[in-house]
Amino acid sequence: MDFVLKGIAQGLIWALLALGVYLSYRILDFADLSCEGSITLGASVASILLTKNMNPVLAILIAFLAGCVAGTVTGLLHTKLKIPPILSGILTMTALFSINLHIMGSANIQLNSVPTLYTTLTSALDINKTTLSLILGTCVCLLVMAALYWFFGTELGAGIRATGINEKMCRAQGINTDTTKIIGLALSNGLIALSGAFLCQYQGYANINLGVGSIVIGLASIIIGEAIFSKVKNFFLTLGGIVVGAVLYRIVVAVVLYFDMSTDDVKIMTAAVVIVALCISRYANKFGKKSSAEKQTSDDEQKRKEKRENV
Amino acid sequence: MSEQNNPMLSLQEITKAFYSGTINEKIALDHLSLDLQPGDFVTVIGGNGAGKSTLLNAAAGAFPIDKGNILIDGINVTKLAEHKRAKYIGRVFQDPMTGTAANMQIEENLAIAARRGRTRTLKWSITAAERKQYRDMLAMLDLGLEDRMTAKVGLLSGGQRQALTLLMATLTQPKLLLLDEHTAALDPKTAAKVLEISDKLIEQNKLTALMVTHNMKDAIAHGNRLIMMHNGRVIFDVSGEEKRNLTVDALIEKFSQTSGEEFASDRALLSK
Ligand SMILES: Nc1ncnc2c1ncn2[C@@H]1O[C@H](COP(=O)(O)OP(=O)(O)O)[C@@H](O)[C@H]1O
Ligand SMILES: [Mg+2]
Repeated sequence: MDFVLKGIAQGLIWALLALGVYLSYRILDFADLSCEGSITLGASVASILLTKNMNPVLAILIAFLAGCVAGTVTGLLHTKLKIPPILSGILTMTALFSINLHIMGSANIQLNSVPTLYTTLTSALDINKTTLSLILGTCVCLLVMAALYWFFGTELGAGIRATGINEKMCRAQGINTDTTKIIGLALSNGLIALSGAFLCQYQGYANINLGVGSIVIGLASIIIGEAIFSKVKNFFLTLGGIVVGAVLYRIVVAVVLYFDMSTDDVKIMTAAVVIVALCISRYANKFGKKSSAEKQTSDDEQKRKEKRENV
Repeated sequence: MSEQNNPMLSLQEITKAFYSGTINEKIALDHLSLDLQPGDFVTVIGGNGAGKSTLLNAAAGAFPIDKGNILIDGINVTKLAEHKRAKYIGRVFQDPMTGTAANMQIEENLAIAARRGRTRTLKWSITAAERKQYRDMLAMLDLGLEDRMTAKVGLLSGGQRQALTLLMATLTQPKLLLLDEHTAALDPKTAAKVLEISDKLIEQNKLTALMVTHNMKDAIAHGNRLIMMHNGRVIFDVSGEEKRNLTVDALIEKFSQTSGEEFASDRALLSK
């Protein structure tokens, strides 16, 4: 059972990334690929600061802010230079590869010999690492969910949500959509970097390739979470669904590794899980009568897509 | 409202061309001048491509204009960004999808509109007092929306959405209300209801308004002034008694006279 618990513990860390991807991909309707650079940025900033003996909590906060800066850059590329979303993200991601190497000074940083949040707390609380990671991960996820729930309920947060739905309406209502997009992307990449900052301490090292494939993990978590929580209306629970999605994803990975399947098979198992999740939600919708709100929303989405294609 | 005797909207010799410098160049607004006095409710008619939407979009700041000046209540807004100008302007669009955020609740949409022209802060996005106010306003529309304030706007019909958009547009008492064929996508009965609501809101709030319509009867029946556009210019401008006595046939006659063009091609578009 230990391998499942470890999977859950890791899932709670990856959940922060999934929440970040949810902000850009779902709330802002912005396919942001900076993600892969931002998670590594979080890991490299946190780990280099830890090797300089900085307080782990402070190092994590600085990593979060670094992620916010990366998101701001993507936002500026898109809004001020009018570069399309995907390309803006790719440019930031590409630039971050070099930046991350400069920050780390090498492709790898070992954290075995320095105190991390995990080593400090396990000895202070006298519990084992897996238990600690489960408790810590749950607390951090709940805290982030609560913060997001509050933020998106404010005037500014409502403006950001509206921006992802209907930009023309937003401008007519006096919302500066450049600003709301930049704030949304900053927050999204901040959370993704936060995920990287916890991840490097959990696994005891940071690596330049830590972020490879992370966008897929984020999207898979969102799809799994939304499929399972498809009936949920409350925003806090929707966020909870994303966390559960990330945890389930890591459990699958843990199972694959436990049964000595090759790590090469992790990706095909991911695809299988996402497909199963989609089937479950289809099935549930067919028999649970899709609410007209969902229908209308997908109609709207359809319309918007058509419009975009016409332009 | 206005401190001096400023017109509420003053368009001074404004010009807007699309695709300029190419063989496809289209002059959508051609040195157009127009003053609206406070309380003017002006209906706008004209054939397809006459420049009616471009006129409203230029006033709203959807794009920069090539020449001329735009003043709202004496304030020069020619260079002001669309979202900043929104402080003075309420808008309703032809497509009912455009004016609202489908995936948000009715009350959330209203709360967003109520904060037009103010900085969005980290205060909660809607207060209990607002909810009560919105309920009363929605009840006035007589569409049953007051009992569905937490329903997603995507659930509403086109007419309900336009009525809600009207409420959103007038919530902050704008200096200028711009209606661009806002009933064209609705069935005749719903269109009539939405027009009635428009009249009511304009009168109650003593708004200055520009309303584009394809329907000449509506253009005659509503507002205190009517303008006809052709090729990016105002070719006919009536108000008061003269407007009240207009007939559809007289308008058609006027069109072919002033534009010097056969009306036949435009007849279908300027429907009776
Ligand atoms: N965004 C745009 N890009 C290019 N051409 C446009 C644009 N908007 C309007 N036009 C052109 O300007 C002219 C006036 O259009 P418009 O103002 O929409 O007319 P109306 O609303 O009176 O039917 C038309 O020839 C139209 O093709
Ligand atoms: Mg038009």
